[in-house]
Amino acid sequence: MLSELPLLSLLIWVPILGGIAVLAAGDREPWGARSLALITSLLTFLLSIPLFTGFDTGTAAMQFEELTPWVAAFDINYHLGVDGISVPLIILTTFTTVLVVLAGWEVIRKRVAQYMAAFLIMEGLMIGVFAALDAVLFYVFWEGMLIPMFLIIGIWGGPRRVYATIKFFLYTFFGSVFMLVALIYMYIQSGSFGILDFHLLPLGMTEQILIFIAFLLAFAVKVPMWPVHTWLPDAHVEAPTGGSVILAAIMLKIGGYGFLRFSLPITPDASQELDWLIISLSLIAVVYIGFVAIVQQDMKKLIAYSSIAHMGFATLGFFLIFAIIENTGTAQGALLGLEGGMVQMISHGFISGALFLCVGVLYDRMHSREISDYGGVVNTMPIFGAFMVLFAMANSGLPGTSGFIGEFMVILASFKANFWYAFLAATTLMLGAAYSLWLVKRVVFGEVGNKQVAQLQDVNRREFLILGVLAAAVLLLGLWPAPLVDLMHATLENLLAHVLVSKL
Amino acid sequence: MELVYLAIPLAPLIGAILAGLFGGRLGRAGAHSVTIAGVGIAFLLSLFVFKHHVIDGAAVFNGSVYTWMVSDGIRFEIGFLVDNLTVLMINVVTFVSLMVHIYTIGYMADDAHNWPQESLAGRNSYQRFFSYIALFTFAMLMLVMSNNFLQLFFGWEAVGLVSYLLIGFWSTRPTAIFANLKAFLVNRVGDFGFLLGIAAVLMYFNSLDYWDVFAAAPAMADVSIEIFDGHAWSLMSVICILLFIGAMGKSAQVPLHVWLPDSMEGPTPISALIHAATMVTAGIFMVARMSPLFELSETALSFVLVIGAITAFFMGLLGLVQNDIKRVVAYSTLSQLGYMTVALGASAYAASIFHLMTHAFFKALLFLAAGSVIIAMHHDQDMRNMGGLRKYMPITWITSLIGSLALIGTPFFSGYFSKDSIIEAVHLSQIPGSGFAYAAVLAGVFITALYSFRMYFLVFHGKPRMDEHTREHLHETPWVVTLPLVLLAIPSIFAGYWMEPILFGEYFDGVIQVAPAHDGLAQLGGHFHGTVAFALHAFVNPAFYLAVAGVLTAWYIYMVNPGLADRAQRSFSGVHRLLVNKYYADDFNQAVFAGGARGIGYALWNLGDRVIIDGLIVNGSARVVSWVAAFTRHVQTGYLYHYAFAMILGLLALISWTVFMR
Repeated sequence: MLSELPLLSLLIWVPILGGIAVLAAGDREPWGARSLALITSLLTFLLSIPLFTGFDTGTAAMQFEELTPWVAAFDINYHLGVDGISVPLIILTTFTTVLVVLAGWEVIRKRVAQYMAAFLIMEGLMIGVFAALDAVLFYVFWEGMLIPMFLIIGIWGGPRRVYATIKFFLYTFFGSVFMLVALIYMYIQSGSFGILDFHLLPLGMTEQILIFIAFLLAFAVKVPMWPVHTWLPDAHVEAPTGGSVILAAIMLKIGGYGFLRFSLPITPDASQELDWLIISLSLIAVVYIGFVAIVQQDMKKLIAYSSIAHMGFATLGFFLIFAIIENTGTAQGALLGLEGGMVQMISHGFISGALFLCVGVLYDRMHSREISDYGGVVNTMPIFGAFMVLFAMANSGLPGTSGFIGEFMVILASFKANFWYAFLAATTLMLGAAYSLWLVKRVVFGEVGNKQVAQLQDVNRREFLILGVLAAAVLLLGLWPAPLVDLMHATLENLLAHVLVSKL
Repeated sequence: MELVYLAIPLAPLIGAILAGLFGGRLGRAGAHSVTIAGVGIAFLLSLFVFKHHVIDGAAVFNGSVYTWMVSDGIRFEIGFLVDNLTVLMINVVTFVSLMVHIYTIGYMADDAHNWPQESLAGRNSYQRFFSYIALFTFAMLMLVMSNNFLQLFFGWEAVGLVSYLLIGFWSTRPTAIFANLKAFLVNRVGDFGFLLGIAAVLMYFNSLDYWDVFAAAPAMADVSIEIFDGHAWSLMSVICILLFIGAMGKSAQVPLHVWLPDSMEGPTPISALIHAATMVTAGIFMVARMSPLFELSETALSFVLVIGAITAFFMGLLGLVQNDIKRVVAYSTLSQLGYMTVALGASAYAASIFHLMTHAFFKALLFLAAGSVIIAMHHDQDMRNMGGLRKYMPITWITSLIGSLALIGTPFFSGYFSKDSIIEAVHLSQIPGSGFAYAAVLAGVFITALYSFRMYFLVFHGKPRMDEHTREHLHETPWVVTLPLVLLAIPSIFAGYWMEPILFGEYFDGVIQVAPAHDGLAQLGGHFHGTVAFALHAFVNPAFYLAVAGVLTAWYIYMVNPGLADRAQRSFSGVHRLLVNKYYADDFNQAVFAGGARGIGYALWNLGDRVIIDGLIVNGSARVVSWVAAFTRHVQTGYLYHYAFAMILGLLALISWTVFMR
């Protein structure tokens, strides 16, 4: 029966319509708005489960496809479909949204209905980004999701929220304009807006390079890659907890997704030509940003910088292909890099989300993000302390947690490309541990820092549930990543085979 | 049998989970019961495995438990390799762990005093401690039972995690949470090399399974790798040195030794278990496990040998100037780890593992005895305040004496057999650096005897120097503390009599591989005529007389002529300052690495992110836009005649261009 349902449409429209309903219900009954939002997000999450259970891991073809003409004159279609790259990201989205709704439960008092609605609508739009197979549809979702995030930071954000929102909006908008030009150019060339048609579109080297750079501008800002990353710390610092979680856990992944869905398959030759650029920027992200993260005084900034460094592994893993072939003569190891990058994206969704939620737990009590305002939190919040240590360890890539797998795979793969790539990437072992554990030392351990800390209450049942679910996810994935890797295996193998065929 | 293997690590893990998550409900007795039951089961099963493999001669087991993942055609497995090396390690680990578990009941009984009254973290600290040490046992067992590099790395990092948690166990103490961060980060420096080594293995062998790699290794002996353009290095040397850098972190070899003395901030039971008997020997174990690789690179062996020799000698020297009883034992551990490393470098892997085992017994004994003294002294660890304790705590005294005698290599004690075979093997080694190493380990014997008996005399003999109050309350510790001391004293004496099968027999056949050209132990075995003869041979060896000299010197300085130490200190004040400051290694690291990392961080953040990217590019382009807007605003005046004038000018320009340029 489930296979009869337009599952992807439901996943997109249930949260959007649910969000509109929450909006309509209004603020007069905040409890009602919250409950409705929770029910909607849970329903969406449940709807995403058949995506996993019903997914055929044996094929790289698009599954759960839906195709309806939209603007027939320009051959624009409402075309949806998912493969091994998008399914895990969609499930990550539905999973995280439930947690975000719960996290805002009694914390958000101002305009509850709008807050919840913004997250639900954003959920639908983000799922749309991952499921769209038509470039125009993709672009609509891509730009559309900026609006709720813009509002979330702008309305429920901190004191410098206006600067942060404008910076966020202009940065991301700047990138995506070039992408739009590239998409239109390819439409003119191919007569279709189908993303899968773009994959097969023959393109000359100059065209490919220009398209590659246009995409790079759009995706690099989203990931974000050095040097277009400076919007992220500001956005995180000003965003409310839920906003930070969605931003870190999912929005950043859309950039990585773009590289896999657009850059590599559409412009394989340009990817080969310019892989040094991505690899360099990724390694700069790991090393440079790692150092910057060490000296942050603001917890959210620290985690934001750590996110940039961790996303460096994703982009590094994606673009090792050609360097590996050049160095060893075979593509053995390239798939390890691709899969490692994908695993890193999913794992980072859990860990960064969890860390931002941890900061949120503290912020709700103390209204400060300054590390120096804390100290010895474990003495009053032992359960919270245990969670924080676990997530910090996961963030520093401890084996047994999900944070290890992606980094491990990418480092192994990068060694095949070049010893020095692996050398620089592996510095994360030291840098990641340094900033994560120094944070823990200053916030969680030590003597009780001040009177406010002495009066802290440990996590309540709702917070325990949220952090506990994330802890379980981090450990489960860390101890048994096989299901996730198997899920995307066929798709990435096919992608690799596609990329290795020159379009020239 | 697979289930037995599986149950060995899982039993402590279940204990750890129960005590950790349900510690409040289980209560103190419940928590120590479940963890002791878990470790006890693991120990009994290990004995059973010993019987199965060593006595009944069962075949080596190499099998997978589950597939962690498959990527790019490479199977990443969780699995066990149970051969005689594993069997030895699991028995040592579970036995020492069990002793430490029992001991902890006594040592941590009053742990509430170590926490501020209102601290909630101190509330279930007793249960949490048991949970951690059981978790450690699990992680260590996973490490030694692994059949592949992935699980090795998992165990490697997991023991590091527990070590981190336990060093910082008393988390309200600033020194403890400094020490645990330092320990983790220094270990990560080692792991950095280790991970690159694993990556190199994967690149050239396309597998992380030990046996696949070992089987393919001889064919790789002549492969070279270019890390710097134009410099071809032997692949095996690069792999082995990278892997050994990991061992240098975990087994605290110079210059990555700095974390181990500070780890003494943790409660004493874990100093015995983790920072003496088991975890710190993981590096030694790893190199012995990788003997088929290390044998292919003389360069790597030589590197190992020299690093070990430096550690053995120079860390021993630092033990001479320490006044904290635990730190003396800690430096002694560093020095003994150096001995084991030297043995690895001399290809005497079996001797290294043998010393690892005897050391596990007598060093755990010495640490636990030190802990017993610390309990009696009301947590005063300064030896200058002790003295004459033998009258008050006879069991601790006798067992300490046994431990010290074993440590300095007294004939017929376990330490003699293991240490002397190392010294002899180094003597026979032809590897570059072996001359230096031989001198270092020989001189180390004197140093070892000197600091060991300095500690022994200061603590147990002479006049009591503690204050009146402490002295009145001095008494022997409860049986849960002394029982493990006695049980550890037994193998500290007798474990050495197992030397023949291990060093010269077939125990490690097919497990440890030694190239015939390196095989000093085989040469030694040619002259071997039984353990008693080996022990009697001591009396014609320089090592024995050096040890005796060390003991006599300690006796003279600290018992007969107590002023001498102070006078020596004054006349060699430069040397003394160097030793007290631990060769300034900590200050150097603090200034250069910790300070340097923060400096780079600030520089990149302030200059890179704030000034150049945000200041110049992002906000700069915003400013350019507003300037341009401000300028163009003047053009749009709203006066018709301005626009008309502009149009005429434009028209003129256009016409001139078409007329004159075409």
